[in-house]
Amino acid sequence: MSIEQIIQQCHDVLDLLPSQALAKAREKHPNVGGFAVFPVYAPAEIIHAAHLMPLGMFGAGNKVEISHADSRFQSFICSIAKSTLELFMRGEMKDFTGAVFSSICDVARNLASLVERNAPDLYIEYMHLPQNMNSAATLEFTRAEFERFRNNLSKHLGRPITDDAIRDSLELYNKVRSLVRALYQEREDRPGSITTAELCAVVQAGTQMMPEQFVELLTPLVELVKAREAHERDSVNVVIEGAFCEQPPLGLIEVIESAGCQVKNDDMAIGWRLFSDDVRANGSPTAALADAYVSRSSYTSVRHDRDKPRSDALVERMTSCGADAVIFAPAKFCEPALLDYVLFRMKLEEKDIAHLKLEFEEKMWTFESARSEVETFAESMLFD
Amino acid sequence: MRTEVADDKDYRGEIHELSRNIMTDWMAELKDATQTSVPSAYLMISGNCVEILRCFDILPVFPEINALQLAIRKKSLPYIIKSEEIGYASDNCAYVKADIGFTMCGGVGPDGNIPKPSVIVCNFVGCNVYIKWFEHCREMLKVPMIMLDIPFVRDGVPSQDDVKYVLCQLNELIKECETLTGKKFDIDRLREILAYSARAEEGWSRAKELCKRRPAPFDSYFDSINMMGPINALRGTREAADFFDAVVERYEQMVAKGMGVTSDERFRTVIEGPPPYPYYRNFRNLFENWGAVAVQSTYSTVGGTWEFGFRHDPKNPLESIAEQMIMHNLCNRSMLDRYKQIKTYIEDWNADALVIHSIKSCRLFSAGQGDMREYFAKELGVPTLMVESDLEDPRYYSEAQMKNRIDAFFESLQYKRIREGEPAPAQA
Ligand code: SF4
Ligand code: SF4
Repeated sequence: MSIEQIIQQCHDVLDLLPSQALAKAREKHPNVGGFAVFPVYAPAEIIHAAHLMPLGMFGAGNKVEISHADSRFQSFICSIAKSTLELFMRGEMKDFTGAVFSSICDVARNLASLVERNAPDLYIEYMHLPQNMNSAATLEFTRAEFERFRNNLSKHLGRPITDDAIRDSLELYNKVRSLVRALYQEREDRPGSITTAELCAVVQAGTQMMPEQFVELLTPLVELVKAREAHERDSVNVVIEGAFCEQPPLGLIEVIESAGCQVKNDDMAIGWRLFSDDVRANGSPTAALADAYVSRSSYTSVRHDRDKPRSDALVERMTSCGADAVIFAPAKFCEPALLDYVLFRMKLEEKDIAHLKLEFEEKMWTFESARSEVETFAESMLFD
Repeated sequence: MRTEVADDKDYRGEIHELSRNIMTDWMAELKDATQTSVPSAYLMISGNCVEILRCFDILPVFPEINALQLAIRKKSLPYIIKSEEIGYASDNCAYVKADIGFTMCGGVGPDGNIPKPSVIVCNFVGCNVYIKWFEHCREMLKVPMIMLDIPFVRDGVPSQDDVKYVLCQLNELIKECETLTGKKFDIDRLREILAYSARAEEGWSRAKELCKRRPAPFDSYFDSINMMGPINALRGTREAADFFDAVVERYEQMVAKGMGVTSDERFRTVIEGPPPYPYYRNFRNLFENWGAVAVQSTYSTVGGTWEFGFRHDPKNPLESIAEQMIMHNLCNRSMLDRYKQIKTYIEDWNADALVIHSIKSCRLFSAGQGDMREYFAKELGVPTLMVESDLEDPRYYSEAQMKNRIDAFFESLQYKRIREGEPAPAQA
């Protein structure tokens, strides 16, 4: 299979609604259940070990009309919250066992309640992921939270989720993450070997299939990308920041690239590739996950780390991948991203680093004004 | 502090006056502290642990109260705009924008009226914006920040792991306070402080309970603000405890005399969501015109849901502080728990209607209130009105629109009463 064919497969998967993605997974994994993961992060390994397909719940893009959720969420609420609720309200998730939300923002937290009330047959879990990385009790609390998640899910399903099964899933997801890291590395080292629009399609599609299938797709893809000729263009090297939850339309990513930017790193779908290296797959799996979450995960706008302010982390991300500028791509109305933007911007201005803010939403039909903004931005940098 | 029953025009002013006196004393302390080295700490309102700071004589400073006061004095807009100039979005929480704008303009520090804090204690109790807000303060003021990460109520009650996590963090906070002040932690002092807290909480609870009476002696939305400052910011002081004794005495006297907040209580409401502080009086008048009295409100419980029985316990000081932070405040509980709270208010306080004031700034309150309206109006059959503006940003308040909606709502309630031949409610 060629790269183009693999990317096309990913696009096909991204066109599916959650129930269709689950039905497709069942072709190879009969009887597997489905469990939705609202961004940013949840321990997919525990879900997978329960013989469920963890499915990244990234809203519905342009796939459904919002006809129920608009009356529940006001106009000033992000699109992912609305389209997620819409999917539950129109019965799209009825074949799923349930969904997990976590303490990322006030909207997600209220959304979890609304989903629980409007989809009463589903099992809805809410996780509190730690915000204090410095307490002597943090690691133990995090482990206990993963345990609680495991035990509640196991109770709901009426079957055990064993340590052995979680360890197997950890190994599988380690493999997925290391292949995804390899793709990220290729894009960084050899710009043009894989475009960001392609990479995003792959990473997002990976959250809509079983990890076993994803490994089968990633393994040849990494080899093909390594062998692909890279054509570097005159462009500005940028990092995309702010898209950790709701995902920008792929059309917007294409525009950013074609209008003169080379994306060297980004925080898109970051919860699915959070850890900087493999999670230990021996010993207690929940302890290993807790350790990875607390000590070895990437910075995100939804996690406070006293000793490592995110503005420093962004500059570090830029420096380590050789980017010269930042494109902020927050979802419209996304409070964590829009609040973080202020400190990011202060830091970048202090360091004289160029940046551009492009807000997006799911129902974005044309990207022409974004294109002209990016073009102006890129030209001003290239010909300055 | 003894109170006399004054004539029925004056009663609201008196509790307001008492509250203002003790709050003004505290604010004078804040102002003095801008010129001295008295240690102070930033803290958030929701489920706070002000008692621990008090135990070390650390002056508590609440940026939320700062924002609120800027709004109610109609001074918030220039600061909001100042913040927007440096990158805040028009949709960000305007409390943050007003406070940060005020800080940038020199309001915090030697030339302002709020001391630059010695430390920022971020009690993350429910609202995620708290974390961002304090991260921004830390950055702008270059002050160390301590995080108190309070697990959200997820399974109805906190788990032992939740409690252990919070207790450990409280002990770590105590260590930091010892280092900051050079004072040794004195648990007996904390017990005394908590006894004052419990007395104030008892007073709060009894006052709220009195609003079950018809007519209600005070408006549990608009007048609760007089009690919110003392219970949230001054909790743990003798002054706050005495204030609540006076409140209860005053309102009990009113109830005994059959006096209400208005001489003509026609509608009893529960109000959900914070008020539009820049137009507080206007907004109140729109309800008062209809003889509508809020007998309960959710906003008044952001700091604590004392009316449901929780009291700080001097016998179990840290455990009870942890329990309050996790469990007994509105912010750290889910939207569905809030539905239950409102339902109890409507039933036990005999309300006729629910009013939802949807705040653009505050997604903790507002995100999903359309579903709340659906639940109460359609499933429970409670007449429900939803109006929208902001708690801090005057640009989102439209008096004419607000008046139209509120008038139409009460007109229809009145019409329904006539049609159903309900007897008119007892007059004061
Ligand atoms: S897009 Fe932003 S505001 Fe919306 S749910 Fe995600 S993190 Fe929250
Ligand atoms: S979002 Fe609401 S609760 Fe949070 S800080 Fe702003 S006004 Fe307060």
